[in-house]
Amino acid sequence: MIAIVRKELADYFTSIRFFVLFLLVLATSGYGLFAAYNGIRQALLESGAVTGSGFVFVALFTSGQGIFTLIFFLTILVPIIGIALGFDAINSERSNGTLSRLLAQPVYRDSVINGKFLAGIITLTIMITTTLLLVSGYGIRMIGVPPNPEEIIRIFLFLVLNIIYGAFWMGLAMLFSVVSRKVSVSLLITIAIWVILFLWTLMGPVLAATLAQSTQGQLTLIRISPLFLFSEATTVLLVPAYRLGFMTMSQAEMSYVIPNPLALGQSMITIWPHLAILVSLSVICFALSYVLFMRQEIRAT
Amino acid sequence: MSDKFAIETRDLTKTYDGTTVVDHLNFFVRENEVFGLLGPNGAGKTTTILMMLGLTEPASGTVKVFDYNPTREPLQVKRIVGYLPEEVGFYDNLTARENLRFIADLNKIPPAETERRIDNVLEMVGLADARDMITAKYSRGMRQRLGIADVLIKEPKLVILDEPTSGLDPSGINHLLDIICGLPKMGTTVLLSSHQLYQVQRVCHSVGILSKGKLVIEGSIAELGREALAGGRYIIEVETAQPRPELVNTLGKIKGVDKVEIKDNILTISTGADLRSQIAKAVVDSDALLVQMKVHEFSLDDIYMKYFKER
Repeated sequence: MIAIVRKELADYFTSIRFFVLFLLVLATSGYGLFAAYNGIRQALLESGAVTGSGFVFVALFTSGQGIFTLIFFLTILVPIIGIALGFDAINSERSNGTLSRLLAQPVYRDSVINGKFLAGIITLTIMITTTLLLVSGYGIRMIGVPPNPEEIIRIFLFLVLNIIYGAFWMGLAMLFSVVSRKVSVSLLITIAIWVILFLWTLMGPVLAATLAQSTQGQLTLIRISPLFLFSEATTVLLVPAYRLGFMTMSQAEMSYVIPNPLALGQSMITIWPHLAILVSLSVICFALSYVLFMRQEIRAT
Repeated sequence: MSDKFAIETRDLTKTYDGTTVVDHLNFFVRENEVFGLLGPNGAGKTTTILMMLGLTEPASGTVKVFDYNPTREPLQVKRIVGYLPEEVGFYDNLTARENLRFIADLNKIPPAETERRIDNVLEMVGLADARDMITAKYSRGMRQRLGIADVLIKEPKLVILDEPTSGLDPSGINHLLDIICGLPKMGTTVLLSSHQLYQVQRVCHSVGILSKGKLVIEGSIAELGREALAGGRYIIEVETAQPRPELVNTLGKIKGVDKVEIKDNILTISTGADLRSQIAKAVVDSDALLVQMKVHEFSLDDIYMKYFKER
């Protein structure tokens, strides 16, 4: 399996796709810094006024004007990276005629799909880590405030969350690359799913409000989208003063909220369900593609 | 050739969605021989091959490759078997050398050994000059040859080639057949699936003909011809200048001769054994001039056509 991982990584690193994705990563980092540059003062003034908390550094990732923040951008970008890494994993091997040759070698069939998934995760990790490190590095230069230990842990958890989220999209793309024999079909299907979920995240709140009777029901409907789950979870991680309840609380209830940041443990408990759902979604996607691939006929034609 | 079997199938059967593609197949391939698996498209050749490699499970029956069961022990089988699929493909962004290196890596060949073997096999298939070219630029024939190199890199005990000559030009075919001919000397058994009869006849020691998943006939080509077309007889053709009518009678009296037919100057004699010397003597004694005489060789075409005309 190591041989397959090594080859897949070499493939990724030398492909034009990787180059383009890396440009995207650079653009995202630059964009995130720009957004923070414009918005961080405002954000700190607001949060500082409300909480008096010491979380200056993490505001780099969340501050910006409206939804145009780094985490919003990552919510969109990470799926693209995931899809780009997985959409042709199996069916391109099939259409190139390399699959039967590969499987005629002394390797277990599952090593092929495991190796590809693992190589994808490694590539994904490298890209997201690069983004976060770039933003952090230039961020320190820009604001002159180093992160405190808790912030470092929060950023690390944010990284893990990103990888899980990316793994879900890669698993989904890979699933369709097993199901569909044509590369174009698998790419279109996954992109369609991504667009639908994205639109649901944008317009869901409005639609859900008309569909659901209660605010709680409304929230459940929006949470169908992994994009929304991800953005909620990241907000909780990076904005310690944020409460999930803000979505459903009335103005009167809001005034009772004690405006201090959550402890790290409490933040974790808050996003635990989100994390569990994202992990299980990735596992389900991967397991499905695994099982289907193991049972598939390996005919050249 | 030896008496040990490289491949042995017993009642091998495969069904896809209720249609039987391979139907109770029984045949064997001896070690160090070139065996040709023939049959029209859709006869079940590829399916049979995939079952030998453990890439498809048989519905019933067994296949053994060097005493391993491919369904149960696929890795052991794949370690000693090289397979060239019909539509062979390579990673287009890699060079020939890198493609081979990856396969060597999968076979756990040590790196130093790998380089030596890559040079060897590329030399053998005549691709030494193109070894550092990416395979996207390869022509059809070069790909096919690289496919052979790819199969040989693990120094297999058995090589399975599925339509290896399709899409090659005549000189490419010749080169490929020469390589195949040389393999048994290196201790490699070859199973060749094809419908190019002439090529199969040139390189194969024995053949098996598949039709609709059933094995119609199996054996060495010389045997098959006599069995199938002449009912186990030899057919000897004699050309003479001005034969006399008595000659036919004289020849008919030779022991072992069953039938003599004459058409123009050519006598067609059916015998139970190779009686060329007796026949020659009889012709010369009759004062007719013997122009030429030969034992009719059955080509695979004759055999093949006979079997597929019947159904």
